[in-house]
Amino acid sequence: MLWLQQLGQIGLRFVSRLGMSLVFLIHALYGAVRCLPRFSLVIQQLFSIGVLTMLIILVSGLFVGMVLGLQGYNQLVNFSAESSLGLVVALFLVRELGPVLSALLFAGRAGSALTAEIGLMKATEQLSAMEMMAVDPMKRVIGPRFVAGLIAVPLLAAMMSAVGVLGGYLIGHGQFGVDPGVYWTSMQNGVDFVDDILNGVIKSVVFGFIVTWVALFEGYDAIPTSEGVSRATTRTVVTSSLAVLGGDFILTALMFGGL
Amino acid sequence: MTVQDPTGQFTNPMVEVSDLHFAFPQRSIYQGINVLIPRGKITVILGPSGCGKSTLLSFVGGRLRPQKGRVVFDGEPVPTRRGEALFTMRRKMGMLFQSSALLTDLSVFENVAFPLREQTDLPEELIRILVLMKLELVGLRGARDLMPAELSGGMARRVALARAIVLDPEMIMYDEPFVGLDPISMGVIVKLIRELNDALGLTSIVVTHDVHEACGIADYIYLLGDGVVSGHGTTEQMLNSEQPEVRQFMQGLPDGPVRYHYPAEDYLDDLGRAI
Repeated sequence: MLWLQQLGQIGLRFVSRLGMSLVFLIHALYGAVRCLPRFSLVIQQLFSIGVLTMLIILVSGLFVGMVLGLQGYNQLVNFSAESSLGLVVALFLVRELGPVLSALLFAGRAGSALTAEIGLMKATEQLSAMEMMAVDPMKRVIGPRFVAGLIAVPLLAAMMSAVGVLGGYLIGHGQFGVDPGVYWTSMQNGVDFVDDILNGVIKSVVFGFIVTWVALFEGYDAIPTSEGVSRATTRTVVTSSLAVLGGDFILTALMFGGL
Repeated sequence: MTVQDPTGQFTNPMVEVSDLHFAFPQRSIYQGINVLIPRGKITVILGPSGCGKSTLLSFVGGRLRPQKGRVVFDGEPVPTRRGEALFTMRRKMGMLFQSSALLTDLSVFENVAFPLREQTDLPEELIRILVLMKLELVGLRGARDLMPAELSGGMARRVALARAIVLDPEMIMYDEPFVGLDPISMGVIVKLIRELNDALGLTSIVVTHDVHEACGIADYIYLLGDGVVSGHGTTEQMLNSEQPEVRQFMQGLPDGPVRYHYPAEDYLDDLGRAI
């Protein structure tokens, strides 16, 4: 019976944390709205979680695009369909890889940093001190980071897709000699604004929301010790990555049919 | 135990804690404590580690909600809900945290300016003047461009003190202000607490377990222990008290009402079992 008890315990803990994170989300959203008049705070955060994540996004985007170019060409050429290379690369990136990979990289690079930062602010009583100075941490600390995450992730996803398409072109044209006009035209004809690009953008907005929410909640909820903060940071990466991948499946099913 | 008031200093107190009961899920903290903080005085809350001294400040600051009893600040009950009323009340109090709690991404100057920037719309020039005045008070005007990581423990605490008084509060709470300081920094903090209290007409609450420093600074002392106020009085009264709990703490006796031994079964029985 012990395992049943433990199972129940795990279930209860999961549900109660879910509830806590929802309450946190409401406070955080309210804080995010109230911090908007002081947009300079958001801009600071956009720099530290957005601009500083650009490098890893751009480099990975390039490599992913190049790999897609290689793999795509080698398969397509079997059917003499290498003229569709541009379309294949673009669809993969805009629909799936751009939003998903950029959210995963964002979780690893910026989400973990957010959790550690907030967790340490809590451990060193900085959040309590703010409260006692009559400054609401939800408005001053959590809000700007939430808004910045919501803005940064879709932009990073767009950059990743754009660089990836270039990477595919580099390989397709430079290595295999696919005609530039054909590469770009197939993309222009095949990629639909609403079906592909807009859906991709919606995905990355949702992923940005999830990752930032998880990261901020884990930091705010961290046990204020070095071990607690380290565990919270790990949980941020694991939980948000799983949530992004699971969410991607659901969104894909909803957007492109199949379920 | 009620507070006797022969001198009348407890009429219209700054803070009034009455019959406060509180328990964390795992352990009970207070079983009905009564504390009055007189205006314009330095009141020291003494007690052994883990007896809930610092927790008392959380109640005065409205960060915890009493399970029974009430806390009154400046004639008004402390609001227990987050909101504008609570924040308005907190603007009248400053707090010095044990860890100083400086914002690590801001310089000394910006840390002290933080409450001004958040709470007021003062022009930059005025903020500069106010911040430099407070930094001068704690003797750190020259350190304004340093980052918190570059400060020693004593300096960090002085910066935090400047930040706590930058909005000119009516009351300031010190959470363990003497912990982890070298003798010189300790002397500086003691002097600052006294001077700020007298010069700015503040009301001060100092939470500490350091009897020596407490006696040097206190106008009135409360001794907490085991969830109740085990004694209170002026420094003199406390030092000469015959009450066993007070005597043990004030003189640092290893055994007394607070037992030396953690509760355990009989020693010989315990040993006998192993043989």
